[in-house]
Amino acid sequence: MGIPNHWRTQHQRYRLVGEICQHCGAKLFPPRDVCPECSQPAYEPFTFSGRGQVYSHSTVLHAPRGYEEFVPYTVALVKLEEGPLVTAQLTDVDAGEAYIGMPVEMVTRKQREDGEEGAIIYGYKFRPVLQ
Amino acid sequence: MRPTREVGIIGYGAYVPRYRLPATEVDRVWTDGYSGTPIKEKAVPGPDEDTATMSIEAARNALKRAGIDPVRIRAVWVGSESPPYAVKPAATIVAEAIGAVPETQAADWEFACKAGTEAMQAAIGMVGSGMMDYALAIGADTAQGRPGDALEYTAGAGSAAYLLGPKEESLAYFEASYSYVTDTPDFFRRPYQHYPQHGSRFTGEPAYFKHLLAAAQGLLNELGYTAKDFAAAVFHQPNVAFPQRAAKELGFSREQIQTGLLVSEIGNTYAASSLLGLTAILDQAKPGDRVLLVSYGSGAGSDAFSLIVTDRVVERQNKAPHTRDYIARRKEIDYALYVRYRKKLHMH
Amino acid sequence: MRDVSIIGIGQTKVGENWEKSLRQLAGEAVLAAMRDASIEMADMLYVGNMLSGEIAAQEHLGALVADFVGLRGIEAVKVEAACASGAAALRQAYIAVAGGMADVVIACGVEKMTDEVGEVVTSALALAGDGEYETFHGLSFVAINALLMQRYMYEFGWKHRDFAAFAVNAHQNAVHNPYAMFPKPITVEQFEQARLIADPINLMDSSPVADGAAAVVLCPTEQARAFTDNAVRIAASAVATDAVAIHDRPDPLFLQAVYTSAQKAYRQAGITPQDIDLFEAHDAFTIMAALSLEACGFAPRGQGVRLAQEGDIALDGRIPISTMGGLKGRGHPVGATGIYQVVEVVQQLRGQAGGNQIKDAHWGMAQNIGGSGATVITHIMEALS
Repeated sequence: MGIPNHWRTQHQRYRLVGEICQHCGAKLFPPRDVCPECSQPAYEPFTFSGRGQVYSHSTVLHAPRGYEEFVPYTVALVKLEEGPLVTAQLTDVDAGEAYIGMPVEMVTRKQREDGEEGAIIYGYKFRPVLQ
Repeated sequence: MRPTREVGIIGYGAYVPRYRLPATEVDRVWTDGYSGTPIKEKAVPGPDEDTATMSIEAARNALKRAGIDPVRIRAVWVGSESPPYAVKPAATIVAEAIGAVPETQAADWEFACKAGTEAMQAAIGMVGSGMMDYALAIGADTAQGRPGDALEYTAGAGSAAYLLGPKEESLAYFEASYSYVTDTPDFFRRPYQHYPQHGSRFTGEPAYFKHLLAAAQGLLNELGYTAKDFAAAVFHQPNVAFPQRAAKELGFSREQIQTGLLVSEIGNTYAASSLLGLTAILDQAKPGDRVLLVSYGSGAGSDAFSLIVTDRVVERQNKAPHTRDYIARRKEIDYALYVRYRKKLHMH
Repeated sequence: MRDVSIIGIGQTKVGENWEKSLRQLAGEAVLAAMRDASIEMADMLYVGNMLSGEIAAQEHLGALVADFVGLRGIEAVKVEAACASGAAALRQAYIAVAGGMADVVIACGVEKMTDEVGEVVTSALALAGDGEYETFHGLSFVAINALLMQRYMYEFGWKHRDFAAFAVNAHQNAVHNPYAMFPKPITVEQFEQARLIADPINLMDSSPVADGAAAVVLCPTEQARAFTDNAVRIAASAVATDAVAIHDRPDPLFLQAVYTSAQKAYRQAGITPQDIDLFEAHDAFTIMAALSLEACGFAPRGQGVRLAQEGDIALDGRIPISTMGGLKGRGHPVGATGIYQVVEVVQQLRGQAGGNQIKDAHWGMAQNIGGSGATVITHIMEALS
């Protein structure tokens, strides 16, 4: 994906800006413009707290192109406290350390680089809640 | 120096990455264990961290303590010698991530290890002139030492963010500041070079001590204070010995500098070094405490600040993780993993 | 609507076909199907394929394959629905014949995967997920399935070892399939000791990357006798979709599109799951086999694994699956798989399944799953003879 794509989704990726349905109050992430709960338009931005729990997780040992340097890394479905599930990497965890129910918080981290000369792509990841 | 309007710290935030490289590892690899180690260990960023991401972490902690809407911030300034881009600000990434865009200034500052306090001086000026109410000054670095060089033992990583605003809202306010700068090439890095060069012992007497002591003494003279007037002090800490000697020459006791002296546990975090010492002090400060902050940046210069802690510090201290929480969160890595995380391994 | 039958099948051996290009693989399968159907011309060709652009640097497969097999000039297009591309091509062919737009239509599935190296193929396969919200975060397609498996094990209390029966069954059945990539049995121990890809999924949970092509020829059932004596009727053809990203589904462990497409198919065929004699399930991963069996109504929620453990999925079991090796044993040339599944059902219903023949097979079901359940295409075939 090119630079315009990353730029366009920056609000979501840097700080979890989703949407809230003004008809039924459902909070949506990723933003999807039509509320899956009540099928009404949902354009109002809503910034999520970033807190949640691990719903499921896996450690990736064979990475797609561009992610090889981070292997092994942990990916997860995170259940945000406002409701939605979100797919993301866990960071600051060791392989095998994650567990279902682990409390996590959102951080903005480097996702990958477009080579040594290209853009650096940032986005949300989750890490164990710091005490 | 004093601004027209009095300025203080509304919120502050620390960040130290999770990984630690014990100095004994550098010693093991490069001198077979025969050299001494200047510190215990240094903080190393993970493979997905850089100056921008670490700045965001510290800035978010500062915002948690400040409790203001980030859209009211009018300047986001990142002081660093290790920005992720040579051209393109790290500050815009930080401003975007914390939600301070678009009605804000944003820029990166460079003055070796004092880039962060340089940004802080500018923020005092901006808020103090009434041009804006809130400005964010950050010092952050993912420092690199040439493999095997003396700097490799200590070149660490961390960040500290300070949200400055009117004194009336502050948890600590600035009494005055003082800056002292000359052209002294004790440490530098040319474009396209991975690692800096340094003047070895030249970095001491004519560089660190001359500038740092002059700035500190200049501020004390201006305010008519001596070391005894301060509850705590923090000096730029490239190693343990330098700030200890500086403190002694200025008449500060070991106890006064102990809380802010972190270098042995996280290394020299460059632009974050003295600023992280200050976050550690503020984490434990009591209302009424007077604190001295003196940075040093190669090239060379020092900024000195005198701060008075207010009653608001108590309720804000626990709104974000303490500096010590980050220091306690540690995963030791060996030299090989360090080489991989810091991309010192050339795969061609 | 006209009743539709399959009058010809063709397939290539699945594997690392270093010497054959994408068009050669497709050509081999299409020509075999045409020979089997005793036809020399067709009205239309649908080519199911997912990755030709990414891996073989070739799109525009409809015209390319039509021309290569000597059908230059006919109507031909590529159909794409991730791993369900093969069945999607069949579905289009079915619609064309059933709707009276054409009489003789070929559906081909082809994938050429070995022209690229590991991480390129891994990236290409991940295109089946949600690009901006799953694969952006470094999830491989295996990782997406691993998230389902991890949660499934947690919710229903299964251990990784419990899934071994799916892989063991698939490999056992592949032994008698001359077109299979891995025609050799495996043990539970081999399953357990296989290399991890994205925990808990290991190499033995996963179907292999492979080259292959398969094709079927369709015509109206009332004309089938003119071509062949062993036509097989398509009793149902049903497609359902779901959110591409698993995080967008209210219950990730229930494959809604599997349920919907299977229910539609049962209704069209006028039968219930109990009537199905064999089921070519989409066992791309062991977890997918379990979830598919559950949502199709063969097992209660969380109990798909039990069917495998208790032998119900074996050739002589209550609901035999992967009877010619499945995706795991035969191999999974992604966009071709949906057609391979149907070819194998036809073999069973014709009584041509050799050592793997299901006795008195009358109803056979094939289900092709795109992504982690976002496009699900179910076909039910009925023996005519």
